[in-house]
Amino acid sequence: MKIAVLTKAIPSYESSIRVDSSGKWIDESVVNYVVNESDSYALEEALQIKESVGGESEVVVVTLGSEANTSKVIKDGLAKGADRGIFIKNESTTTDPLSIAKLFAENLKSENFDLIFSGLQSDDMGSGQTGVLIGEMLGMSTATLAIETQVEGDSIKVKRELESGWFQWVTLPFPSSISIQSGINEPRYPSLKGIMGAKRKELNTLESSPESQNQSFLNLYVPKTEKVTEKIEGDTDTIVVKIMDILKNKLKVI
Amino acid sequence: MVLVVLENQRGNIHPFSLEAVAAGQKFAQELNCELSILCIGEKVDELRTQAQNFKSNKLITAQNSLIDMYSADGYSKVLSDVISSMAPKYVLMGHSYMVRDFVPRVSAKLSIPFVSDIISVDFNNGSPLFSKQVFNAKLATNIEVSSNQALLSFQSAAFSSDDIQEGGPDSEEVFDVQLTEQDIRTQSEPEFQESASGVDLTAAELIVSVGRGVESEDNLPTMQSLADAMGAEVASSRPVVDMGWLPPYRQVGSSGQVVSPKLYFSLGISGAIQHVVGMKGSKNILAINKDEDAPIFEIADYAVIGDLLEIVPKLTEEINNSK
Repeated sequence: MKIAVLTKAIPSYESSIRVDSSGKWIDESVVNYVVNESDSYALEEALQIKESVGGESEVVVVTLGSEANTSKVIKDGLAKGADRGIFIKNESTTTDPLSIAKLFAENLKSENFDLIFSGLQSDDMGSGQTGVLIGEMLGMSTATLAIETQVEGDSIKVKRELESGWFQWVTLPFPSSISIQSGINEPRYPSLKGIMGAKRKELNTLESSPESQNQSFLNLYVPKTEKVTEKIEGDTDTIVVKIMDILKNKLKVI
Repeated sequence: MVLVVLENQRGNIHPFSLEAVAAGQKFAQELNCELSILCIGEKVDELRTQAQNFKSNKLITAQNSLIDMYSADGYSKVLSDVISSMAPKYVLMGHSYMVRDFVPRVSAKLSIPFVSDIISVDFNNGSPLFSKQVFNAKLATNIEVSSNQALLSFQSAAFSSDDIQEGGPDSEEVFDVQLTEQDIRTQSEPEFQESASGVDLTAAELIVSVGRGVESEDNLPTMQSLADAMGAEVASSRPVVDMGWLPPYRQVGSSGQVVSPKLYFSLGISGAIQHVVGMKGSKNILAINKDEDAPIFEIADYAVIGDLLEIVPKLTEEINNSK
């Protein structure tokens, strides 16, 4: 079985996010790029399936983006146990999900993957579309927000998360592109052996150029505060006194 | 023409779809065009009966036994056919889990961009701009669409269902659905709810909610002590549940419970939109976070910038002493 895992480099939670001088993108020079959280769950799910199915199974970690931001992402995937990597190089800031999915579809078509896993959404753009778009483009069956998977011969049974505590089982024939919900498993850490071995694994770099975007960012801005917010700062003791005043006298909850 | 697609949620129109109806009426007015409403698939008659109350130009039903139960295959084929036949400029939907599941398929089939998770619309004299949150809600963007058509999904509360104008459709139409068994590759089973054990957070007056900022499972008892001192329920954001630190029924957000307590005391929660939709209706929001850019502060009444691991134990002690 051949499984692709789509993984994306995104700014870490701790990174400072500032709009750059163009007003349309962020200042990448002050950002630390890490693996998108739900992609780690997608990779773990693929590795577990490979381990349980055995045979000539292969997990391929795939990323798209600029060389500077994404190199760590592929290395991380290979160190955790992916067999090889595909890096689709795109130095432009493409934000249109359709354009991004076309680049993936064009470059992955000849691979004929049985399964493509992706995280449910990237925490930077948050569109949550790429995996499903690629699935449609490559004629695959699709499902989203998988919280459990069971491979059964030439098909995969997936427990989809619906809203407010509801679920649904869906059975999809291969080939299938599935987005993985966070929390589905416990992602492994790379072992020292894995990290050393990653350097010897195959990494295929493919050049790409996106077509013109159908939707694009006119600008980026810091969201306006919706409320009048009272800021509470100072040393710990000062803060505690102020919070006590709020809880006791303003809100009267204690 | 703008087209609103209604989703069935166990016999009723999905609340997000109601907001999409309000959006559709606003679009039709601002863009001076007609409004059509589409009832599709599951229990279409229930949808149709409820949608007959809404003012629109046309109410369309698309029904076939092959889409009596939801599938991405069936719904994406039928919606694509409706769009090809009727050529709406905008297709409006709620940003529900079902829309996220099948609408990208429509986007790829027809090469029409899908702008998802929109929080507000600037009609901009007839060429609308769509704003959405990006970079984990730390920034927002205005998106412009360059193609003739677009699929749009709205985050909850982008429009209000209170604004729906009643009056019914000018006309009704049954869409001629063309589906064969070969179109449906996936097999869906009925929706189910896991045992509703646990806590009804929606009834809690006071909630102490923890996020990844608590840093370690070992720090949870400290947070629990604060909740105990206040007589509050403990809740959390998704990452805390994903890491197994708290059970899923403690989770607040789009995949958890939606709460509106008198006080929502947020500890180390950044404020991603998936969480915020579950708690922004709280009467008072008090948030502690060491990152002063944390988006939770945009909706907080009281923003405490500091280290919760230092503040919480002292605060708990003070509360206990004051009793």
